[in-house]
Amino acid sequence: MPVSLLQDNSLLAVNVGASSTRAVLFDVVEGQYRFIASGQARSTADAPFKDVLLGVNQAISHLQTVTGKTLLDQDNQLITPVQSDGSGVDAFAATLSAGPVLRAIVVGLLSDVSLESARRLAETAYLQVVETFGLNDQRKSDEQIDAILRARPDIIILAGGTDGGASRSVQKILEAVGLACYLMPEEKRPPVLFAGNQSLTNSVKESLQKLTPSLHFSPNIRPSLDTEDLAPASRELAQVFADIRKRQMPGVDDLAAWTGGRLLPTAYAEGRIIRFLSQMNGTSRGILGVDLGTTAAVVAAGFNGKLTLSVYPQYGLGDNLPGLLHHTQLDDILRWLHLDIAPSVVRDYLYQISLCPGTIPVTKEDHAIGHAISRQALYLAMQEAKRNFPPEASLLRRDLLPLFEPILAGGGALSDSPTPGQSLLLLLDALQPVGITSIILDQNNLLPLLGAAAEHNQLLPVQVLESGAFMSLGTIVSVISSATHGTPVLRARLTYTDGNDARAEVKFGGLEILPLGIGQTARLTLQPMHRSDIGNGPGRNAALQVVGGVLGVVIDARGRPLTLPEDPVRRRELFKKWLWSVGG
Amino acid sequence: MLAPVNHILPLTTIERERALPVAGNVIAKLNQKVSPTDVIAEATWAREHVLIDVARTLNISSNAADRLLRVKEGDKVAAGSELAISKGIIPHTIRAPQSGRVVAAGGGQVLMETGETTVELKAGLPGTVVQIIPYRGAIIRTVGALIQGTWGNGRIETGAMTNLTEKPDDILDASRLDVSLRGSIILAGLLRDADTLRAAAELPVRGLILSSISPALLPAAQQMRFPIVAIDGFGQIPMNSVAYKLLTSSAKRAATINAEAFNRHTGARPEVIIPLPVSQEPPPPIDVDTLEVGQTVRLRRAPHAGAIGTLAHFPSGLVTLPSGLRAFAAEVKLENGEQTLVPLVNLEIVG
Repeated sequence: MPVSLLQDNSLLAVNVGASSTRAVLFDVVEGQYRFIASGQARSTADAPFKDVLLGVNQAISHLQTVTGKTLLDQDNQLITPVQSDGSGVDAFAATLSAGPVLRAIVVGLLSDVSLESARRLAETAYLQVVETFGLNDQRKSDEQIDAILRARPDIIILAGGTDGGASRSVQKILEAVGLACYLMPEEKRPPVLFAGNQSLTNSVKESLQKLTPSLHFSPNIRPSLDTEDLAPASRELAQVFADIRKRQMPGVDDLAAWTGGRLLPTAYAEGRIIRFLSQMNGTSRGILGVDLGTTAAVVAAGFNGKLTLSVYPQYGLGDNLPGLLHHTQLDDILRWLHLDIAPSVVRDYLYQISLCPGTIPVTKEDHAIGHAISRQALYLAMQEAKRNFPPEASLLRRDLLPLFEPILAGGGALSDSPTPGQSLLLLLDALQPVGITSIILDQNNLLPLLGAAAEHNQLLPVQVLESGAFMSLGTIVSVISSATHGTPVLRARLTYTDGNDARAEVKFGGLEILPLGIGQTARLTLQPMHRSDIGNGPGRNAALQVVGGVLGVVIDARGRPLTLPEDPVRRRELFKKWLWSVGG
Repeated sequence: MLAPVNHILPLTTIERERALPVAGNVIAKLNQKVSPTDVIAEATWAREHVLIDVARTLNISSNAADRLLRVKEGDKVAAGSELAISKGIIPHTIRAPQSGRVVAAGGGQVLMETGETTVELKAGLPGTVVQIIPYRGAIIRTVGALIQGTWGNGRIETGAMTNLTEKPDDILDASRLDVSLRGSIILAGLLRDADTLRAAAELPVRGLILSSISPALLPAAQQMRFPIVAIDGFGQIPMNSVAYKLLTSSAKRAATINAEAFNRHTGARPEVIIPLPVSQEPPPPIDVDTLEVGQTVRLRRAPHAGAIGTLAHFPSGLVTLPSGLRAFAAEVKLENGEQTLVPLVNLEIVG
């Protein structure tokens, strides 16, 4: 690619998370966009700092130290564009996930139609739905008003009615929303996003314009009964989210100004890049992106250019950690431990770490607890997100994950493992992929930043993704089988380019690795036994060219869904064995 | 690197903003001396609303209904009083179902607020009102010892502090709570059982200052009518030595517990304040500082959660921790002389 075709030469992208702020520099090297380096600092959105820019400046300062390039002037203002002395950058992008989860009220008509779509729309941002209203709501108008007031919403999402369809029922709920807003102190009135029957737009304006600090409109998320289109509303919701954060958190306004008003929620930006990749993919398989961080667990799945984005603050590893026990049993977390740790210690951990979520485990025990919690949080997020996947998702069995290629994983909990093997095992346990796929670790948490960069430079993400800035953990072969434990279920042969080969006969319950270095290719021949399924159907062979990764080719014959022994001693022994298999 | 400062100070000037969640009446006056339980502001709060749809009841248009209304916004109405009367040979009267206040009238409807209740805002600390926040509250200043905690049950109280501990990891049990402690703020260690909470409530005590609390006891602790503050967190963490020394040396003094819930986003924290008389105000505490060798720090995670130490050295570059993770870290000399590597993000400055 000639340099002259590139839109900007350098781009600085910043992600402000709840725990850490990262600044990443992309630049052109030999005519291609490349990830150059990253700088990191403690996030400063929360008390006692309460200024997002403080952390941003520190992260950029760290990046300056790493690269030797000056990016900020003496007043800590971004130097842009690049100056004759080489300082500065040509473009800037930013994403944000820090800040308290927003309380949302969701309004629709039919509970399994527009209300469900509105709920799914809320799931595309860092929102917690605290109240819902639909046609079947038995409460009287005044009870609804009180419910809205009690809910103290940060945002209200209104949906309902197909285009040109029902309007009276929507107007009735609008009335309650308007009266509730009227009763709120002016500074506490929430912004409203209307994504319902488009013929009601004027009516919504008349009812709510003066009663909300900002009124937003998007195309109907349910234009007809059998059509759901969340994408335009999700885009608008991302904008509303950024606007709310500007009002709530000092420094966000300035950061947004640096981006030219294009500050994006981190999850939205991640979703954008997954959708983009799935457009390019052109196969029946989806592309999966998962991110487990302090604020939320994010699952982004792209199927032929259609995105399913699910953001679960309840599974984030920060403030909400104690709340995890509302969604799961302590035993479900304990089952993932490879060390003998008392349940009370794990419970105490959930509460204690919620006080200081940006801290790092020092001991092996602390780390083991953290990884067990991460496994369960990601597992729960994946199970919930699965319900939102479109019918065209390619499934081997309804209770299993669809076929994905590749799976991209990022976020502090996944990218900060002591070894790549530990990251891989966490992902295999939590996601339980099927068929043959590759797992790629976004160890620099670049994906959302590439999504933000794509806003004004579509070439950059493509070239950076192809540049090796991500860590390929390897090719994963997952075996589905009904064989008994210890029965051989797969013969695998990996033929290297020099003619040598590696072979394995994998027993049910086992985890085997065939070495294949990063970037190396080899031919993988697979022969399932006892009607085991590796994604092509029961008992069907496969032969394919594979590319290596840090761990090579990993054959996971532990079964799908993964069933762990009831006996804790036996279970811990198995975990140790699996950990050893992936390099400890 | 910047780090948060955990305030454990023998003498400092403390300023706290106390504000109502909604606009109300500020009772406190500028320069007024207040005690922690004094009400400094209050607001009336309607518990619920009643919507009367005049147009629908009379089966007429909204405009026509508006012409029949006998009340306007702001009117106080008694239960049964007339809201609207229809025209015709047999007029139909619409009456207020409950007493309350009209908050909106128009569009053929009347919206009333009912069940009015008063929300009182307490000072939360003993001191002087140094600034009035119109319609919301005040800023109060005091001088004394300040010990911040990590968990609180939302209550506020003042009383003489009695020390029941002999060491920072003592466990408080019900047998140690006798009638001589009635009305006291108890300085205790770890709280591990509900019986102790019940015994404290039966006396009753005026407050509990704990080192740490078992998460299983949180629902019961939330229900207690006296304040409970955990200084170092959850589980079985002994009280950090700086707080322990300061609190035990202040036994028998009057102390105030403001057991405000911890909020990482706003910075709200539970705290113990021990007012002290001074001739000159000491400087206020700082909230953020840069980590430097020689500073006293508190470690926030295992294996030394809650421990106090002194920053001894900053190794260059990333260091590998026993967990296998790599991080920027500092060598910290603990009080027992042991030197340990701690990630910088796991440290908070004590001061």
